[in-house]
Amino acid sequence: MIDPHLYYVSRLGRQPSRFRLASIPVITVLMGSAITALPLIAQTPVMPHFGLLLLLSWRLLRPELWRSWIGLPLGLFDDMLSGQPIGSAMFLWTVTLMAVDGVEHRMVWRSYRQDWLIACSAIIFCITGGWFFARITGGGNIRLLLVAPQMLWTILLFPVVVRQCARIDRWRVMA
Amino acid sequence: MARPPSRRPGINRRAQYSLFASYVVAVAGAAISLLLVVVAIFDPTGFSALRTGTAELTRPVSTGLKGMVSGVGSIDEVLAAYWRAGSQNVALRRQVEAERNRIIEAKAVAQENLRLKRLLKLVDKDGSSLLTARLISSSSSSARRFARLNAGQWQGVRTGMPVRAAEGLIGRVHSTTPNTSEVLLLTDTGNIVPIRRANDSIPAISTGAGDGSVEIRALSAGRNPFKPGDLLVTSGIGGIYQPNIPVAVVVRVQGEIAWGFPLANPSRVDAVTVERAFEEVVTRPDPKAPVTQEAEPSSNAAQP
Repeated sequence: MIDPHLYYVSRLGRQPSRFRLASIPVITVLMGSAITALPLIAQTPVMPHFGLLLLLSWRLLRPELWRSWIGLPLGLFDDMLSGQPIGSAMFLWTVTLMAVDGVEHRMVWRSYRQDWLIACSAIIFCITGGWFFARITGGGNIRLLLVAPQMLWTILLFPVVVRQCARIDRWRVMA
Repeated sequence: MARPPSRRPGINRRAQYSLFASYVVAVAGAAISLLLVVVAIFDPTGFSALRTGTAELTRPVSTGLKGMVSGVGSIDEVLAAYWRAGSQNVALRRQVEAERNRIIEAKAVAQENLRLKRLLKLVDKDGSSLLTARLISSSSSSARRFARLNAGQWQGVRTGMPVRAAEGLIGRVHSTTPNTSEVLLLTDTGNIVPIRRANDSIPAISTGAGDGSVEIRALSAGRNPFKPGDLLVTSGIGGIYQPNIPVAVVVRVQGEIAWGFPLANPSRVDAVTVERAFEEVVTRPDPKAPVTQEAEPSSNAAQP
């Protein structure tokens, strides 16, 4: 029997496929949005916005990956699954991505803490905006306090999600 | 980390134009999506057809997972039942002894009812229930309270049909796709149900509060007639819900408003029944109109 280590082929100089480079981030965000397909019948908005978290993580990790219009198709998919009126996440995510672009131009030095701060404000903006859109379209007429827990643990989940994103990213760019 | 260089295209004209075009697309798209939200204010179910694809795609996943976890939801009850099992057993045994006489009485009353009805030539045929299906997922991250039902247009579910469980009312169908439908739960703030108090028929209106409870306002002027413990059932006004479906029990009274708690918990019930709208059941169909074909029962919906 031949030692399996002898089959080793050097990975140096190999390029990952373009499809893999482009599709992995999109697929992870779509899967984050699809988390509402879990068989959980919630009485209050409890589920953190995984789609939004993954979008922000990818955007802050890899600024060159997407233009800000990517918020439109990804937001549409999120709206189709989340029960929000169609157009709500499309608008909020695109505006968020443009705002992140603007902030990046102003901030010269940025580290992990600033990233978290940017994500914090983006999450608060998106959840409050979603609450407002649900309210004006005749339904979710609830107190803002009811979405506060969701806001809190979406913010607290950001470091975890950004790390998993970085791990996936390392796997993505290594052929 | 210094600012990333990629956002500044420098003097490359093509890169400048491409960046500018991407912002034009983003701003235009954002404006269009705002427009979509404005359309949703006037026509909440307008673009629900867009959801068909995703709903059909996620249905098998949700159904499969639902089958796996349906036992997990009640695991706290099972564990709690072991606590003080002995004394509970004795208490339950005594209760059964006490209830047995009542059941015999109730059976006698039911028989007498049947006899009297036959004398009056009343026919008691209830053709209201359409099918039984399962709630498979919900809008758990949104401020709206929707649940997805594992039966849709092809199984005969139509928009506006009431959905109930054995314990009480769940909500009504908001929109349908071929194999799934969205149920607007009783606790959504957009769901208004005409109700009455079970023992003396005081009319009221129940509106969801969005946090798992419902807000109850009496239709009569004057003092709030409700007190904690009152049982509320549907009144049948409005023609959607048939009368006497249990809705909620009052838990707290606060000025003009009473707060109730729904009797059926959508996360606990195993299966729900979709019923025809009350008005359809009680009004006679037009004799000229052709009799509508019963929808074929499919694998995911059992005929009751």
